[in-house]
Amino acid sequence: MSRQSLTEAQIIEFLDKCLEVEFSFVKNEIPAVDIVKQSRPHQDFILNLTQRVAATNIELAYQFAVHSKQALEEMDLLMVEAWAMSATDQYDKQGLYPAMSAIKNLDQFIHTAHVKACGAVFEEEASILLPFIQGLAGRKLKLAEAEQAYTDTETIFIPAITALFETKKENFLHYKVTVAYLWAQIQFGSFRVDLEILSNDPDKLNKFSVLENIRLEACLERELPGLYRDMQILKTLFHPEHEQDTENLLSIESIQALLHENAEAAHSLDIIENIKVDQWPEVYCYQGTIQIDQVATIFERRIEKEKAYFRVALSELANEQSNKQDDNPIEETDENSAFKLANKDEHTKQSGNIDLELDGELITPPEHVRELMTSIIVDFGEIPPEYLFAAGPGEYDLKKYQEEEINPNDVWKGTYHEEGAEIYNEWNFKRQYYHKNWCVLRELEIKPVYDDFVADTLNKHKGLLKSLRHTFEVLRGEDKLLKRQPYGDDIDIDALVDALADTKSGMEMSERVFTKMHKEDRNVAVIFMVDMSGSTRGWINEAERESLILLAEVLEILGDRYAIYGFSGMTRKRCELYKIKTFDENYDDEIKARISNIQPQDYTRMGVFIRHITKMFRDVEASTKLLITLSDGKPDDYDTYRGEYGVEDTRQALYEAHREGIHPFCITIDEKARDYLPHMYGAANYAVIDDIAKLPQKVSDIYRRITS
Amino acid sequence: MTMQSKALKPEEYFIKDEPFYQSIGEEIEVFEAAYRQGLPILLKGPTGCGKTRFMEHMAWRLKRPLITVSCHDDLTSSDLVGRFLISGGETVWVDGPLARAVRNGAICYLDEVVEARKDTTVVIHPLADDRRVLPMEKVGELLEATPEFCLTISYNPGYQSVMKDLKQSTRQRFVALEFDYPDAQLEAEIIIKETGIEDKTAQQLVKFAHMTRDLKGSGLDEGASTRLLVHAAKLIVDGIKPVTACKTAITQAITDDSDMLIAINELSSSLF
Repeated sequence: MSRQSLTEAQIIEFLDKCLEVEFSFVKNEIPAVDIVKQSRPHQDFILNLTQRVAATNIELAYQFAVHSKQALEEMDLLMVEAWAMSATDQYDKQGLYPAMSAIKNLDQFIHTAHVKACGAVFEEEASILLPFIQGLAGRKLKLAEAEQAYTDTETIFIPAITALFETKKENFLHYKVTVAYLWAQIQFGSFRVDLEILSNDPDKLNKFSVLENIRLEACLERELPGLYRDMQILKTLFHPEHEQDTENLLSIESIQALLHENAEAAHSLDIIENIKVDQWPEVYCYQGTIQIDQVATIFERRIEKEKAYFRVALSELANEQSNKQDDNPIEETDENSAFKLANKDEHTKQSGNIDLELDGELITPPEHVRELMTSIIVDFGEIPPEYLFAAGPGEYDLKKYQEEEINPNDVWKGTYHEEGAEIYNEWNFKRQYYHKNWCVLRELEIKPVYDDFVADTLNKHKGLLKSLRHTFEVLRGEDKLLKRQPYGDDIDIDALVDALADTKSGMEMSERVFTKMHKEDRNVAVIFMVDMSGSTRGWINEAERESLILLAEVLEILGDRYAIYGFSGMTRKRCELYKIKTFDENYDDEIKARISNIQPQDYTRMGVFIRHITKMFRDVEASTKLLITLSDGKPDDYDTYRGEYGVEDTRQALYEAHREGIHPFCITIDEKARDYLPHMYGAANYAVIDDIAKLPQKVSDIYRRITS
Repeated sequence: MTMQSKALKPEEYFIKDEPFYQSIGEEIEVFEAAYRQGLPILLKGPTGCGKTRFMEHMAWRLKRPLITVSCHDDLTSSDLVGRFLISGGETVWVDGPLARAVRNGAICYLDEVVEARKDTTVVIHPLADDRRVLPMEKVGELLEATPEFCLTISYNPGYQSVMKDLKQSTRQRFVALEFDYPDAQLEAEIIIKETGIEDKTAQQLVKFAHMTRDLKGSGLDEGASTRLLVHAAKLIVDGIKPVTACKTAITQAITDDSDMLIAINELSSSLF
């Protein structure tokens, strides 16, 4: 039975409540007139979405309700929801005004949605295009998003979306051919000319692009015939009418020379002025633009840097070489050692596989030098002779070329930056949607403090530690001799005697007469997440630290891989994860000293840390992955991260962790935890400890229980 | 055509026809010298670069039977040395492949030795130094190797896992030969000799292999090996289109990552 539609009065009542009409003074009669005409399921849908948007901003929600009728007419329900949520995203990123225009500009949204449906989107395709260009020979290139397609010779830029063609497949092809063409510009030396000449002459630059296309196409036809065919497909799809213009050009003799294998970009530049045709063909859709300034800046910086790096590397090679030859003691030569290039033929040159020669000795350059050589050859077509002299002592200061690194710890000094930080989403339960890129997490070090804490703890819990060791030793993965196996290393004499007796009495002989050694492998990886919020100040903090020490002692016996992190922070811009022990570190004096210096900090925003640790776990291979949280209360932060919001975000983060095969468990000393922990962790995945003094013992006990 | 396949005892496995092996450096001379001097040999190198083929070639050259053991993480020392079995109500000792090789003066090749459990690799220690004996604890004997016996192990240093590293006490007993993929020209020649594919396609296959090897570390664990190129070339010679051959014989073999699969397929379809 379908439910009755809501009346106008009911709708107004609902909207008044969720849009807080007594404060906001919005006129709910206006949307209500439209909403009342909808079917009941649509009414519910719109009202529910309005409520979710209202969790972000009331004015935005009101505008949504007003525009909902038009939206329902033009889009299906899923799209309407996407439209509302994209507005809340805008609000998070840029504030109310752009969010409002996202709601009001429904047509724009529909258009973009259509474009996205058949276009190729950078975000989706980058993970394919990046390995694609890196697989093509030459310099390791980067890929980034920009308004137009172009390259600065180190990064290939392409637009965020391309929708020139009708289908997704063709649009992807457009992307692919574009990046490959820009790669070809770098690889086959389009920029090995004096670009100054072109910088103030757009017409000439355009003609240069056309000629270079002819030359590069010929190169691609030789090197990547499959890609060349793709190019022709695109050309006929997009520019069928320009083919004739290109044909006309190709009948000119000086242009035919561009098709030759040894043709260089300089030739394109030389012949521009002499070519007289009625109509120059237009630039093809995959060619992008040539950004002379960008190329020049990057080029200049790189040339100098690579020369320095290369010559310093050569001097290192020369030193190694002279150290090797014992009869030839190291002579600090004033004149720099001169290298020669071995096997200089065209083929090996392309791949950068050139060996170096010093005083008649062949030297195979190490990987990083090889990469440098490839890059230099891409720029010059060869290694210029002046590069082949090893750098003299102190000739270069390589520090000059290192990019200035911003220290993540300096974030609160001077200008705020997010360098070296990781960004995570956060769940808003009212909105039923994520705040995108919301929390900023930084990993910080804990300074080790060498005091008596560890020794005192071990002394204080001497008796407990002994019994813990005993219980954990039993758990340790040990070899078990399995008896009566059908196949094994040795004969099980008991079984054999039985089997022979059986045979004598006329029964069938058992096959299970061997023993086999079975190795038990505890493949457990565990991360402990320790609450370092301000509320742990005092003996809670001390109990936490004691627990960690005892736990580490027994984990060493078990041989389980473990890591320990502390967490705290203040607001979403400052979530701080303190490294106490990573998986790779051994439990040594420094780790002990770090545990000893765990100090209470600020607040507890939990979701972001769980998401970060979930990500860390992806690189860990283990059949059991455990995330154990030691905490003293509800998730709670300085801003809105409290109450239901915090609990729901943490729950969502735990759910994400669970989906990746991580088992979360929480140990808390909060007596009220039974009210919210079952909701967050599930009924069986938490433990409340009433007596703080017992924490050290309990933590180890619980660990034993959940891993055996 | 007769469908009968032949069953051989491991120590009877002599290689009669010369297996094709393209030497890259002095590995053949070094191996022969080490063999004459009774030194064990360690072959290092990425998968599919010709280690096993090299062993077959050397076995043919030295006219000794080749006993190959592919090591796995459940391989115990009894799997190598031997064990008691029961036959007609009595226990009978049966030699494992290593003991058979020692007894018959064969070449024993332990392939991917790091895969075996650490305690297992220790049994080869007395064989791999100047004692050249195999202790057989269960029968209380020491088996002394003849000058013809040769122990060779292989391992792939590319797996950068701490768990799969060779112990110093093991590796320092061996003469090490390093293998790598041959240079482009040579690799193309190898593919041509193995499959009879035309020169241009062979060159393109090698180029494709280099593309995938460049991606090692940025999404791929290992690039395409020479063996995979030979597989693809065989398919092409049999009439499969090059792009399909690369996809099935190479791309699918080196990765499961869906984006990476597409990217590498785009590379091969650009090339052919």
